[in-house]
Amino acid sequence: MSKVPVQLTLNGSDRSVFVDPGQNLLDVLRRSLGDLTPKYGCGQGTCGCCTVMIDGETRLSCLTLAESVDGCSVETVAGIGEGAQLHELQTAFMEHFAAQCGFCTTGMLMSAKHLLDNNPSPTRDDVVEAISGNICRCTGYEPIINAILDVAARRGSGRHTS
Amino acid sequence: MTMHSGRGFAAINYPIGMNLGGDPSQALVHSNPDGKFMVTLSSIDLGQGMKSVTRQIAAEALGIPVEDVYVDTADSDTGPHCMGSFASRGTHRVGNAVIAAATEARGVMLDAAAEELEVNPEDLETDGRGNIHVKGAPSRSITSAEACGAAQFKQGKTVSGRGIFLIPTSDVNPETGEMTPVSCFAHAALVVDIEVDDETGEVLVKDMQSAYEVGRALNPKLVEQQLIGGAWMGMSHALYETTEPHYPERDNGPVDFNEYLMPGPGNVVPHHISVLERPAPDAPFGGKGPGEMCANPVLPAMANAVYNAVGVRVDELPITPEKILRGIKANGGARPQGRPGQH
Ligand code: FES
Ligand code: FES
Repeated sequence: MSKVPVQLTLNGSDRSVFVDPGQNLLDVLRRSLGDLTPKYGCGQGTCGCCTVMIDGETRLSCLTLAESVDGCSVETVAGIGEGAQLHELQTAFMEHFAAQCGFCTTGMLMSAKHLLDNNPSPTRDDVVEAISGNICRCTGYEPIINAILDVAARRGSGRHTS
Repeated sequence: MTMHSGRGFAAINYPIGMNLGGDPSQALVHSNPDGKFMVTLSSIDLGQGMKSVTRQIAAEALGIPVEDVYVDTADSDTGPHCMGSFASRGTHRVGNAVIAAATEARGVMLDAAAEELEVNPEDLETDGRGNIHVKGAPSRSITSAEACGAAQFKQGKTVSGRGIFLIPTSDVNPETGEMTPVSCFAHAALVVDIEVDDETGEVLVKDMQSAYEVGRALNPKLVEQQLIGGAWMGMSHALYETTEPHYPERDNGPVDFNEYLMPGPGNVVPHHISVLERPAPDAPFGGKGPGEMCANPVLPAMANAVYNAVGVRVDELPITPEKILRGIKANGGARPQGRPGQH
């Protein structure tokens, strides 16, 4: 089968890539574009490790046809900080010890960022809802929920600096 | 439908390391010419903090800042042998191997420093901030980086050390049944409060209170993190998870996350943890490590709480609504057991 050209914006940079018909976006991100931040957990839409944002909406990249993102903007954890400057969610995850093995972390961060982008003052229930498609096997979720609420609270109280 | 509240308690002793011994771990430590030390292991960091804690242990034993220590682990091509990260053995077994290796390397570093300062190595001490000085005369000092550099560029010495920690296999005495099963135990006690719905058999976990005794908590924040996550796993094992729901039949088991039931972020239970520290004499700086024990007390406590709530003794895990309902039916209804002092 012939390859299909796809042009997309990945974390703000224009990228072009040839993909196989039917190939999923996770595979293309990891193998062709070299962005290893989205993880392959289940490949069937049940773990959330591969969560990315496409045109501002969270999507499971393992279930997204690579061809379908032609002309779209794709965001991953690789793009949420600026160089060595971590995103405040990343810092909060560190401060709250919200990662142990870290396998769920990049997906969690994308779900959390999407939440805070759209709802600056979420309730605990909003946070739970936002990460309910992301499985974590290590932390028991509590530190993750607290980290996300902490970022919202800091932003709300004007202590947000970056 | 009635909700019945129940409380369950469990206390456990948990052995550190493989039950009958025979589980060695090894460590190699060497310094680079800039005075930074590399600890080489084959022990896996599963997220429990193995790299952080072995780094702390090595820094403490070498007498240098933790920033000057790197840990390279989990590559069995390059690292020395380790039995693995299981049986709650990591901190204890690997930590002891790291102390042995770091102590040997420290000896060479002090020898090199002594040669440079023209003193006896026995007269030297480290300040933990990267300096080696003569006891009682802090001005006669050399940095650990200078000592390691001199060893490698002037004196022709490797600043390195080897460490192994082995609890030998303990054979059972066929006459008496006697054996030495473990080196030390960690302990935990946990109380769980639940509500059981006698119409659906569902369990709502309200609250957990626990005390864990882990030896010295070498990295208190990592210990806390592991206990929170581990107790959540315990709750999950108690109420939700199984790969063989019809054991011993293996049919119809879950094959993916669609079918494998586990609690999500909406099932987080408030958990109040106290960490008790009783440093163990044979443990690295007293630290035994929480390990698997962080999940274990939740299971019997949950089974007891279900019995307390509705009088049903479920002796197979997980404690599913179906098993609870069958028990209630067999008893002819829920039989709340009450609590001392309660009517
Ligand atoms: S890998 Fe995409 S949801 Fe699991
Ligand atoms: S930190 Fe291990 S899965 Fe979340």
